[in-house]
Amino acid sequence: MTAGHTDTEAAVQTAESWIGEHRYEVVGDFDVERGYVLTSLASVENGNPLYWDDEVADELTGGPTAPPSMLSVWFRPHHWAPGRTEQLLPLQVHFDLKELFGLPEAVMTDNTVTFGDPVRPGDRITSRQVLRSVSAPKTTKLGTGRFWVIDVEYLRQDGAWMGTESYTGFGYKRETP
Amino acid sequence: MTADLQLADVSPGDVLPELRHDVTATTVVLGALASRDWRPMHHDHDFAVNRNGTRDIFINTPNLAAWFERYITDWTGPRARLGQVRFRMKDSIFPGDTMVFGGQVEDVTTDTVGCGWATLELHVSVDGRVVNECRARVALPTTADDNPWARTGATWNPSAEDAT
Repeated sequence: MTAGHTDTEAAVQTAESWIGEHRYEVVGDFDVERGYVLTSLASVENGNPLYWDDEVADELTGGPTAPPSMLSVWFRPHHWAPGRTEQLLPLQVHFDLKELFGLPEAVMTDNTVTFGDPVRPGDRITSRQVLRSVSAPKTTKLGTGRFWVIDVEYLRQDGAWMGTESYTGFGYKRETP
Repeated sequence: MTADLQLADVSPGDVLPELRHDVTATTVVLGALASRDWRPMHHDHDFAVNRNGTRDIFINTPNLAAWFERYITDWTGPRARLGQVRFRMKDSIFPGDTMVFGGQVEDVTTDTVGCGWATLELHVSVDGRVVNECRARVALPTTADDNPWARTGATWNPSAEDAT
């Protein structure tokens, strides 16, 4: 992609061509593992026995699972990896849209997560991003730009749906006084 | 952690018990790393202040989601299963803040496949100011032997849109 695009009809057409298209399908760097689950639980002092007590886990979920709120953890790239020359971004479509429309600033205004089957240790999660919509130009107190909605879909190694995160972003330029 | 709530135990307007937590730098950094969020504004004070323009490092959204999940299941017990959460981010939470979680039951329903749902309107506030809102849809057992975790495929409809 060429840097420095501006909000033109061509940019709108490019963005519209992305709507509904699966982009950036990535298999997680590692299998889901219980150590991370316990670290996450410890970080918020969550004593839910579903995750700490194997008998409870066996009874309710047929074995250990990860808390639903950890869904996005399993595809976040390592901070560093051998041979990697640039940092990977977890929501690349958002950054593509900023660049496409020449909008240097952006905020996330809304985040909805819908949970499917529980994630289990040993699963390998695949994520893919889908642009759902791009608004007409809008002016808010932050500046002038566009809203967009991006879904991140999470799939298990057998293709089962594990959940979807939906982000509403607003890319904008600050108003010059 | 309370005993397992059942759907019949809750009604619209029920208030969830408050949860307070004093935030430290460890809270922020541990939470960010536990959620594999390496961005420097969640662990590097100098970056947060001088590049981001915030007063300190601050809690990242995925970890705040984990806090809300803990808040919900502290109240429901382990049989409850989160179906959907929706966040509205208003402001950041910094070391030195005391987070106070609160909320109430907005709606109680049973869907077409017999799954019981409570819709919760939750928030976290600092010094009496709401800094984040969370609307959560959580499946609760309808009987003592009902297990929402056993639902999958067509018997699991977690989206609020599925209910309409």
